[in-house]
Amino acid sequence: MSTAHIGKPISRVDGRAKVTGEAKYAAEYATPGLAYGWVVSSPIARGKITSIDASEALKLPGVIQVISHENRPSLAWFDSSYRDQIAPPGSPFRPLYDAEVHFSAQPVALVVADSLELARFASTLVRIEYESRAHVTDLESNLEAAYKPKEREGIKPPPKPRGHADRAFSRAPVQVDAEYMVPVEHHNPMETFATTVVRDEDGTFTIYDKTQGVQNVRDYLCNAIGFKPDEIRVVTAYVGGAFGSGLRPQYQVFLAALAARMLKRSVRVVLTRQQMFSFGHRPTTRQRVALGASPDGTLQAVIQEATSETSRYEDYSEEVVNWSGLLYRCDNARFEHKVVQLDLPTPCDMRAPGAVWGVFAIESAMDELAVALGTDPVELRLKNYAEEDQNDGKPFTSKELKECYRQASERFGWQKRDPTSRSMRRGSTLIGWGMAGGAWEALQQKASASARLTVDGKLTVSSATADIGTGTYTVMSQIAAKMLGLPLRDVTFKLGDSSLPLSPVVGGSWTVASVGSAIKAACEAVGKTLLGLSRKVEGSPLAGASFDQVEFADGQIRLREDPSRSVSMAEAMRAGGVDVIEEEASARPESDGYSRHTHSAIFAEVEVDEDFGTVRVTRVVTAIAGGRVINPKTARSQVMGGIVWGISSALHEESVLDHRFGRFITHNLADYHVPVNADVDEVEVIFVDERDDLVNPLGAKGLGEIGVVGVAAAIANAVFHATGRRIRELPMTLDKLL
Amino acid sequence: MNPFTYSRADDVATAVRDIASAGGAKFIAGGTNLLDLMKGNVERPARLIDINRLALREIRRGPDGGLEIGALVTNTDVAYNEEVERSHPLLSRAILAGASAQLRNMATTGGNIMQRTRCPYFYDSATPCNKREPGSGCSAIEGFNRYHAILGHSESCIATHPSDMCVALAALEAIVSVTGPGGERSIPIAEFHRLPGDSPHIDTALGAGELITAVILPAEGFPEHFAYLKIRDRTSYAFALVSVAAALRMEGGKIAEARIALGGVAQKPWRDPGAEAVLRGSEPTRDNFANAAQAILRDARGFEHNAFKIELARRTVVRALSEAAQESAR
Amino acid sequence: MNDLAPGTATSLPAETSIALTVNRVRRQMSVAPWTTLLDALREHLGLTGTKKGCDHGQCGACTVLVDGRRINSCLTLAVMRDGSEVTTIEGLAEGDALHALQEAFIEHDAFQCGYCTPGQICSAAGLIREGRAKTSDEIRELMSGNICRCGAYPNIVAAIQQSMAAEGVV
Repeated sequence: MSTAHIGKPISRVDGRAKVTGEAKYAAEYATPGLAYGWVVSSPIARGKITSIDASEALKLPGVIQVISHENRPSLAWFDSSYRDQIAPPGSPFRPLYDAEVHFSAQPVALVVADSLELARFASTLVRIEYESRAHVTDLESNLEAAYKPKEREGIKPPPKPRGHADRAFSRAPVQVDAEYMVPVEHHNPMETFATTVVRDEDGTFTIYDKTQGVQNVRDYLCNAIGFKPDEIRVVTAYVGGAFGSGLRPQYQVFLAALAARMLKRSVRVVLTRQQMFSFGHRPTTRQRVALGASPDGTLQAVIQEATSETSRYEDYSEEVVNWSGLLYRCDNARFEHKVVQLDLPTPCDMRAPGAVWGVFAIESAMDELAVALGTDPVELRLKNYAEEDQNDGKPFTSKELKECYRQASERFGWQKRDPTSRSMRRGSTLIGWGMAGGAWEALQQKASASARLTVDGKLTVSSATADIGTGTYTVMSQIAAKMLGLPLRDVTFKLGDSSLPLSPVVGGSWTVASVGSAIKAACEAVGKTLLGLSRKVEGSPLAGASFDQVEFADGQIRLREDPSRSVSMAEAMRAGGVDVIEEEASARPESDGYSRHTHSAIFAEVEVDEDFGTVRVTRVVTAIAGGRVINPKTARSQVMGGIVWGISSALHEESVLDHRFGRFITHNLADYHVPVNADVDEVEVIFVDERDDLVNPLGAKGLGEIGVVGVAAAIANAVFHATGRRIRELPMTLDKLL
Repeated sequence: MNPFTYSRADDVATAVRDIASAGGAKFIAGGTNLLDLMKGNVERPARLIDINRLALREIRRGPDGGLEIGALVTNTDVAYNEEVERSHPLLSRAILAGASAQLRNMATTGGNIMQRTRCPYFYDSATPCNKREPGSGCSAIEGFNRYHAILGHSESCIATHPSDMCVALAALEAIVSVTGPGGERSIPIAEFHRLPGDSPHIDTALGAGELITAVILPAEGFPEHFAYLKIRDRTSYAFALVSVAAALRMEGGKIAEARIALGGVAQKPWRDPGAEAVLRGSEPTRDNFANAAQAILRDARGFEHNAFKIELARRTVVRALSEAAQESAR
Repeated sequence: MNDLAPGTATSLPAETSIALTVNRVRRQMSVAPWTTLLDALREHLGLTGTKKGCDHGQCGACTVLVDGRRINSCLTLAVMRDGSEVTTIEGLAEGDALHALQEAFIEHDAFQCGYCTPGQICSAAGLIREGRAKTSDEIRELMSGNICRCGAYPNIVAAIQQSMAAEGVV
């Protein structure tokens, strides 16, 4: 089969739409008579609304309605009706359900008006009285309230203990025992959450929403608000970044849909940047890591304990302590993950959830151990290399992590490193080199896709997935084009429409494996139909050929062994008397006893100005073992973006809570720092060869998350190498290094 | 944003007359801070008087060698102006350390001076703030105060003035020309911004109905020995934790005159004549710079999240003076 | 704390007629004073290529060229720009022929989600016109008013360098 499209650095098929401004995002669909909703947010963190007076607002000409729990239409009663696919165990937040306030900036009313400006102004005239209750938002001072969370679907609990970790640790000749603290981070995609609900003439609704799962949103709105499934269609053609924040339906889609239904008109609701700090986030987490080793560097004990926040209404948990077992062999290990309930919104998966924090701690501790042992950090990792998944004793489908260490260290020039900290300088600046490893899941979820081939050789493939910037439009087109041997320009991939074949939410780096495998299956089905039709061609040279014996290329179905024996696809369709072949197929993951993961090695260089404590990441080299790379151009961008996120976690990002108000106080892009262009220097991405026929039918592993994992540790380790100071609390702002 | 009426003034006299006749009116020039605050309901003018068409867009060399910068000259146009770069490069350097290229294209000289603090509590109407809501209390004193003052603060307010440009203006001893109902007057930059005291809602010495028309730079622009150093939480597009404008006049290897102004540490650019006097007539050594740094921060007092700025400011002063002392081959 | 200040207008502001030349086309429009240039473009003229990322001048997604200069359209009122020439992302291409920056952004994969992209490209167009950036460090500094959360910065710099080379700027 022709593989011309696979592995090629093809430019994004949606590139033109994005550079011309033609690509439409959720807030950008125009419709006559559109009303604008503005969300009123609670200033208090916990308590009760005692009264709402909207009379001043409603007096303004052009203000249509102020919707709150007092006048909303009836909503579903049961918690289960508000549970979306991603909901952790508990009772989901229900917007405008009752007078209770569960967190600061909770939406408490929606002002609907003829214009954006009017809705915004009218929102300031709504008088709401509250009765405050004492709130708790500080993890650090409430650690004693930690408990083991209910198990969350799709999230593995901490690995089972192995051997006798505490005893082995206490007896280990070399020990590291340290605590690591990381703050709350918010996803802050550039596009704020937005929904435009267009009420069609027949009374049905097209809901243009910013989401990572159109079908998840559709089901949620049906269950919670009571839409019939055929009454709404959820569409997301372009998503201006999400990083996990769009996995669950956000409250603006609920409010917009509720208002549209109540008012029987089209409504748009767009959140402000400040309101982007009023829902799920990466949870603040405290960890203890204890490593014990023999003098030759063999790990004798690994203990990792994590405590993170959740809300009062849901048990959010993530896989924080599950990563060391993928990287390192150790017979004595113990893991624990607990949560503390705070008066905050439930945290939400954010790019490599759990791994970002867990690997930061483990890989920092491994560096501390290397220093304690006087061993090279790469050597220490190789010494303890896990050849099989220690967590559940399974073999890996593939794990070219050694090759990642080798190639990245070579490219970086690691052999020139003087291991002594404070030994490298450039003028008055200290230089540090640090490294870390990383791992992430290579999962596949059940997905469906359809493929539609027309006699003019145009192929349309469809699935209800989304392209959140990862390149889904492009790589799915490549996969489909490859399967039927078509030029890329003749392939269209349709996504982001809840009426399309079933797709999981876009997350977990599983989209290529899941949707790609479904597309492969759908295209195969089309191919089989084509082969069947080709036999109807008079004197068909393919008459006796089985599907395995043919390939599709240049518009032909031909024998692999003898490409001169061929039938054109158009000819086959004409012979069969069909203009269109349409097939739908599903793909689901195998459960075969293998462990599926991507791996990485990260090498970072920092410059530290000792007078000011300022850290600059001057160079990052990351090597990725991610199976078959379908598009090296978009793949490199994914990993590069992950590295920038790692730099950000290491040096910049922090959602600061003012516990007196129970409120995030850095709730804007001036106070919540993400890197700007001037913060990012050289970034180099290497994909090592990793052949994997077991992981999934494509042999490809997702790359959306692995790029960020371990980067913060590599930078912290480089900072230690530069300065001799171990920073165990992120972000490493300059005050921590003064 | 509340509803407001909008009008345009075509000359300074009309602008000043218009603002006097309308209650709750404000001038708008670049708008980069005013509209930002209006969207958060912090500023609620009943009327905006657009002054962008006033003839205040020139930079002129005065007979004494100083410069007069029209209030409406954009930050970009000041920073890249050849005359400014030649005689007062410290000002260019400071302006380019602030904001972004886009904002500098909009922001004006007068508006930059008039910008208000970026204290997050000032912006967040869910929290008390004496500057926004006199008498409501200061949330920052016991709150998140990383970007707050270590000098000149009071029990009612610890906000800082966010400008970089003004730090250079302070070091250069600029004069602010204003016109108002009482006619024209000149306000030295050192007297323009107020420390909070017990009335933190009043930021400046500008009187009711007064309009900034120009900034005058005295002839001495320290083009040989100067530095603007800004320490912040990311490399660009961030407000200062600490910034230092340093300017030296050297004679025979000794410091004849020194100017040091600090940004990000008080509600106004911070200068201390006593600290500068320490350097007069002395050698440009690290020890002497450290003494000056010690002197200028003598009365500094920090809070939970910003106490580190005292030492950071000292080090920044030393580095800025050291850089300024280097022979300028810029 | 939501009370109106004394003297604040409570009646809604009257719309006024303004003329903007947007992407070389003169557009007469009626707007209220409180409409920003950004909202006028997006909500009134349907030019949604210009993005709203923060509405406070903290991200650069709304960057457009006004009278040839790049600005944050979220922090200026439409009425203040009466008579101005505005160039948005929709106005950069000549018919089907993309602007060199647009081509370069595609080639270098200088975006992922695409939401900051129109602002990045308009900002880069302004940057090239200003002529102040020659080195990659200068490009990075002078493009720092445009945040890209996807982290495409190295590719953005490469795309701008390619365009500058093509235009003979460097």
